Amino acid sequence: MSLPAAASHAIRARLDAEGNASGGDQLEVAMGPQHPSTHGVFRMDVVLDGETVVKLKPVFGYLHRNHEKIAEGTSYLGSMPYTDRLDYFCSLTNNWAYALAVEKLAGLAVPERAEYIRVITAELTRLQNHTSVCGFLLQDMGALGTPLMWAFRQREKVLDLVESLTGARMMCNYMRFGGCRCDLPPGWIAQARVLVDEYPRFLEEFEALLSGNEILMARTQGVGRLPAALAVAAGVTGPMLRASGVDHDLRKVDRYGIYDRFQFRVPLGDHGDVFDRYMIRVLELRESLGILDQALRDIPPGPVIDPKAKLRGFRPKAGEAYGRIESPKGELGFYLVSDGGPNPYRYRVRPPSLINLTILEDMCLGHSVADAVVILGSVDIVLGEVDR
Amino acid sequence: MIDEGLKNELARQGVVATSVQELYNWGRSNSVWPLSFGLACCAIEMMAASMSKWDIARFGSEVFRPSPRQADLMIVAGTVTKKMAPQVVRLYNQMPEPKYVIAMGACAISGGPFKQGYNVLKGIDRLLPVDIHIPGCPPRPEALLHALITLQARIAAEPLTGPDRPRHLRADAPSEFPVPEFGAHDLVPPKNDLLWKPAPVVRPG
Repeated sequence: MSLPAAASHAIRARLDAEGNASGGDQLEVAMGPQHPSTHGVFRMDVVLDGETVVKLKPVFGYLHRNHEKIAEGTSYLGSMPYTDRLDYFCSLTNNWAYALAVEKLAGLAVPERAEYIRVITAELTRLQNHTSVCGFLLQDMGALGTPLMWAFRQREKVLDLVESLTGARMMCNYMRFGGCRCDLPPGWIAQARVLVDEYPRFLEEFEALLSGNEILMARTQGVGRLPAALAVAAGVTGPMLRASGVDHDLRKVDRYGIYDRFQFRVPLGDHGDVFDRYMIRVLELRESLGILDQALRDIPPGPVIDPKAKLRGFRPKAGEAYGRIESPKGELGFYLVSDGGPNPYRYRVRPPSLINLTILEDMCLGHSVADAVVILGSVDIVLGEVDR
Repeated sequence: MIDEGLKNELARQGVVATSVQELYNWGRSNSVWPLSFGLACCAIEMMAASMSKWDIARFGSEVFRPSPRQADLMIVAGTVTKKMAPQVVRLYNQMPEPKYVIAMGACAISGGPFKQGYNVLKGIDRLLPVDIHIPGCPPRPEALLHALITLQARIAAEPLTGPDRPRHLRADAPSEFPVPEFGAHDLVPPKNDLLWKPAPVVRPG
């Protein structure tokens, strides 16, 4: 990427004036908002010394869609479809986090079958999110096409299941306060069972060809290291935090829903580099398959929502609540303040990708610009959630 | 124009008879290279359309170019915010003629569910000439393929001469549009009055 001579002279003069140590051989590059590796409309203003990143400034806001402000002007239920569009890979977990916050606020109970369906849909979401993110990461490393095509082929199988349950591939709008919108269609559990049984074969093939790949290891091991202390101090959550070796998974910490009934392990990394973040996601896929296996076996019959649940004209009593879940990207929380009216008085989203992105500069400094692309890919951002 | 019967007769003898216009448009319409440019949710469905299940390569459009200089088609896939709108117009201006625009999804058409947002542009056709609109939130990959096929049919029917010839063959028609500025309260100007001519609202009574 080169700049016209006049512009580069101007930048060089400015950097010289700022008193940079290397004396004027630095180049400022704006990567994005239209750039194939920035996963949407994200901009990194990178200062390069040769190929080495010496300064990186993330620029947000190109997809700021006023989600929170719109939610404060609409009814509680009216915000549910908007939550789909936060992290558009994982609409079902977004729905769950929002429903959980409102249920806390209004003190609603959820029927047991609905809890199982929520776990099943959330783990399916985790499957397709982690699968696609591994594909995107390899795409960022220059493995154009094949790994991402595999990942998306597998993702489509999950989406077919989600579509037959909710009617939509991506924007599901499925959870309701105190349950789910509709019951599983006939034969759905058998289809899900087939997917869960076949998934390990895909994972083994994916891993056999990629995890031990020499190029992948060379590009990722020791790149973008995130020390555990810094990760905790910055509020990083999700697979990124666990790749740095911190044992913090809200499914174990909060045991929200019915996660205390399932046997699963929380994979941890020791180096906190890009390779660990990739491996954590692959390992979490296997644990998710275990949870799905147990949930599909144990799901009881019964209603999915209290038939007398009040959806229209829903007014929770005045108060505040914070509901959080372990979304595929990290801790997704909704903070709601109610003044007793039909709309939330304050509606705030704690987006995991935005907070995971704040330490991008710390991870990228000293690496080459090509590594910065890979490090950004390993953070797993979705701009709908970052900018809201 | 050559007679259809004669053309078929010649084809049976192994002679292909065509016109320059047909040949030229046949080549153009089957190699529409889109700009690799995603804005929001719809971009994921755009990617899904280019992956194995829907395989946009069947229609000659799998070559997503990251550079606008090499692209023929801009798929505006997602919400255009006011901060992003100047960049979208600038990218369009950098594309060489002939160029086409598909507005994918409710947001690109009108602002969609986020229309009331203070930072959301209420439809990209306020700033750019849109050829095809795809409704949906997000539209399915099939809908994108349908839009592409519709665009191909439109390209194939473009006359190269005469008064109805397309914009890229007319010297007087603009191929670049003014880039708005991200002002303190709104885009400056908020819309391109030469392009955006909505029908007047008629209310009964």
